Amino acid sequence: MDAILQQFFNWGVMAQALPLLLKGLGMTLLICAVVIPLGALGGLLAALASTAQARALRWSAIAFVDLFRALPPLVLLIFIYAGLPFAGLRLSPFAAVTIAFFLNNSAYFAEIFRAGLLSVPKGQAEAALSTGLTPAQTLIWVRLPQATRNVLPDLLSNVVEIVKLTSLASVVSLGEMLHAADLVRSVTYNASPLILAAGLYLLLLWPLVRLIGRFERRIAG
Amino acid sequence: MARSPETTPTLEVRALHKAFGSEPVLRGIDLSVARSEMVFVLGPSGSGKSTMLRCCNRLEEPTSGEIFIEGDRLTGPGVNLNAMRQRVGMVFQSFNLYPHLTAMGNVTLALRRVQKKSRAEAEAIAAEALDKVGLSDRARHHPGQLSGGQQQRVAIARALALKPTVMLFDEPTSALDPELVGDVLAVMRDVKAAGMTMLVVSHEMGFAREAADRVIFMDGGRIVEQGPPDQVLGAPTHDRTRAFLRRFHA
Repeated sequence: MDAILQQFFNWGVMAQALPLLLKGLGMTLLICAVVIPLGALGGLLAALASTAQARALRWSAIAFVDLFRALPPLVLLIFIYAGLPFAGLRLSPFAAVTIAFFLNNSAYFAEIFRAGLLSVPKGQAEAALSTGLTPAQTLIWVRLPQATRNVLPDLLSNVVEIVKLTSLASVVSLGEMLHAADLVRSVTYNASPLILAAGLYLLLLWPLVRLIGRFERRIAG
Repeated sequence: MARSPETTPTLEVRALHKAFGSEPVLRGIDLSVARSEMVFVLGPSGSGKSTMLRCCNRLEEPTSGEIFIEGDRLTGPGVNLNAMRQRVGMVFQSFNLYPHLTAMGNVTLALRRVQKKSRAEAEAIAAEALDKVGLSDRARHHPGQLSGGQQQRVAIARALALKPTVMLFDEPTSALDPELVGDVLAVMRDVKAAGMTMLVVSHEMGFAREAADRVIFMDGGRIVEQGPPDQVLGAPTHDRTRAFLRRFHA
């Protein structure tokens, strides 16, 4: 029992690891701050394209979404970071992570936004157009607010997935939280930093998960 | 030659055809509505009456034909459709109020975003429009907190606030519980009394008899018969009109 506590819940090691982990958390949050807005925007554009009249536009959007939903994000990340240099394109870990997660997240956001846009009755856009709003104004003021509200739990779930996804950045040695924790583990030969990292992820995401549950109940009820 | 406003129809439809795929829905509609006239359109379902109405603000794109608002062309390329649509108010069967906005927000949206009025100015105009439909006290309510009749009156206020030249009503009372129909018809009566030009697709025969200046009967994508309400509803000359009215009264 003592050995388990020593190996997994060693407060001394945790205290030592904490500054580095917090720095890693900072990087995790930075990745999120870049990837979430970009992915949401890319996803929205892909969703609009996939519901467009023009067939070529629609099909390219669907191909984009299918491809990046089917491709494992880790494969995509390693390809961009370690594969592209063979084509002469060498990216920093941060750039590789941003591009890989942007492509992956855009595809998921696209599906959510598409479902949201389709959930808004056609009469809403017709009413807006009949009062002289342009199609773009109709999208911004009438369709999107309703679409977003209808899929809010899914959007937030996707945000949670993205935060968890950032831990993959450790494989390209980007100093986010998991990378920091694993570094300390390898130096101290102790698993406590990993437990600490898990605890910090939980602290970060648990409120968000609770919030999603509340939204889901409100929409169902 | 420019025509005087007195003789230029407020709404004019010429040789309007519409097909969905290979299925013709409108087969040559000619219609002219004078200023302040209320024209009622009757017809069995599938007769094309709603499609005809929806062509009048190009929510449906006509296959061929021309439509004019006060002599200005609505159809064809190069038309500023968003500007023209503000001259054509539309009221829908299912109200189509924006559920995420209050009654006030529903009425002010186009005033602010299209007509670029300040919030204060837009709200003053909206308050006046909501007052006209008897809902001043519901301005801060969301559509979900209003009855069907109240929602439809807000929708009328939303169209009215833009000061359109003509208003189109697409079965405005068909989705309402019977006891709520009266309030909406009363508002429509007021709108007419204020001089609005109105084209109304509806099955409210009693209201047509009492308030309409002219009744049109459509069937198979054509206007079969038209005239004063007493004539079309009381003494129709066409078999198809008679058959329709018989079914309706049965």
